[in-house]
Amino acid sequence: MSAAPAERQAAITGIGQSDVGRRLGRTEIDLTIDACLAAIADAGLTRDDIDGLATYPGAGVGGAMGFSGPGTPEVQDALRLKLDWHDGGSEGPAQMKAVIAACFAIAAGAARHVLVYRTVTESTAQGEGGRPGIGGGGGGSGGVPRFSGFLQWTLPFGAVSAANWIALVAQRRFHEFGLTREQLGQVALNGRRNAGLNPKALYRQPMSMDDYLAARMITTPFCLFDCDAPCDGSTALVVSHVDYARDAPHPACHVNAVGTALRGRPSWDQFDDMTTMAARDAGASMWERTDLRPSDVDLAQLYDGFSILPLVWLEALGLCGRGESGGFVEGGGRIALDGELPLNTAGGQLSAGRLHGFGLIHEACVQLRGDGGERQIPGRHEVAVVANGGGPIAGSMLLTRGPG
Amino acid sequence: MSANGPSFRVLPRLDDDNRFFWTGGEDGTLRFLRCGSCRQFVHPPVPVCPACLGNDLSPQPVSGRGTVHSYTLNVQEWIPGSEPYVIGLVSIDEQPDVRLITNLVDCDPDAIEIGDPVEVVFEHHDDVYLPLFRPAAPAGGTR
Repeated sequence: MSAAPAERQAAITGIGQSDVGRRLGRTEIDLTIDACLAAIADAGLTRDDIDGLATYPGAGVGGAMGFSGPGTPEVQDALRLKLDWHDGGSEGPAQMKAVIAACFAIAAGAARHVLVYRTVTESTAQGEGGRPGIGGGGGGSGGVPRFSGFLQWTLPFGAVSAANWIALVAQRRFHEFGLTREQLGQVALNGRRNAGLNPKALYRQPMSMDDYLAARMITTPFCLFDCDAPCDGSTALVVSHVDYARDAPHPACHVNAVGTALRGRPSWDQFDDMTTMAARDAGASMWERTDLRPSDVDLAQLYDGFSILPLVWLEALGLCGRGESGGFVEGGGRIALDGELPLNTAGGQLSAGRLHGFGLIHEACVQLRGDGGERQIPGRHEVAVVANGGGPIAGSMLLTRGPG
Repeated sequence: MSANGPSFRVLPRLDDDNRFFWTGGEDGTLRFLRCGSCRQFVHPPVPVCPACLGNDLSPQPVSGRGTVHSYTLNVQEWIPGSEPYVIGLVSIDEQPDVRLITNLVDCDPDAIEIGDPVEVVFEHHDDVYLPLFRPAAPAGGTR
């Protein structure tokens, strides 16, 4: 590497999170303000210090399903922020695109302290009903809206959920690499074990492999416990110029490198290699921006919207060899809190709740700071990797305790 | 059990770019855009060939034969009371990097394997012919 990459000008100096739960019945802006004020205070700042604001995906994405959270104008106005830079949007390197954009804005001199948040109220929006498919999940032709764009290629065949699309990835991995349900199940069991030590987690009761294998099928090879759990909650971060890191009240988490590439086709069904998808490109591009190596990583927070995705990410990030992730998690010991590579230490989205990528970033910071309490991983931990996204959507980030 | 598609169908919105694809079943023919310059099949439809940037694209017939690249048996009742169905991802024989999400039909869901040869069969709804796939004997041989 010659010049340090731009993201090294940024560090996460504050983290905050609202209550997290099922059907909290609170509005998205209410939860968001809780998280944002907590993050600002945690960074040792006041709202007058915040000169940047970013979110994923911005208001109004996904209809009234509790997916999008409030947009930046609503939050700016609620907190009367005076902003030099602001950004919201859903296209880019997965959910963490908002964090990455904040890093670049800071490096470009557009802002000094950027508040970044992600809010979901999917549990309240879902109510007592089942989890919906996209486009209502079906319906006859009479009076049912027709679909254009990507959805025209999936919905007519009942492929109405990312569960179906990602199941195609998983099944291909069963075929190519001999992956087994028991190996997939280790991702779910690991999440549940860690969630038992996280007071905010949705599902904390123990789960055995027998419980996992007996759960009802959703779309083969995925059972209920292979799919993440919709929740209500908001997570916020303060991303600051690295100059502020030493003045922050808590150890700053320095952004060492980000993975943003998408070199294959931006498609769920046409990607050249269905077993890797976009994670391959994001992972490769992250390592092109740092002198750190996969062997330097002490803990991993890998997107687990579905249980297969951490396995895809383990390989994409070079944390194990291609096709070897099933064996890597076999038995569960290697990815446990006291294992060689602790994974999703707060329980992940499968058991702690679908905070949509930001829960994982938050937990990486908690662990690097040493604030994990009962679930704090033992020993030295200097480097965390975080990955967001699945299918054709992927972003990754290397965080270090101390400047890189 | 023999697989069918989902009992309820959501349909594509037809426009000048995709009509040839969704109505090909009218004469029993699966078609994709093909570049007149470099002969690449292009899917989904776009105005220029992504391989050579040529603009001589036109719908051309293919054999309708393909290979199961992946599949999933959907069990979740997205619509209450719906029966399980098989979603397939099929590569077309002429150019395996062209794939279709589809339904695998007229087959035993438990017997499907990745790599199985399949052939197109159309299901007619209003002005749309959905391309589904059923088991086929391997070319030049028996199963």
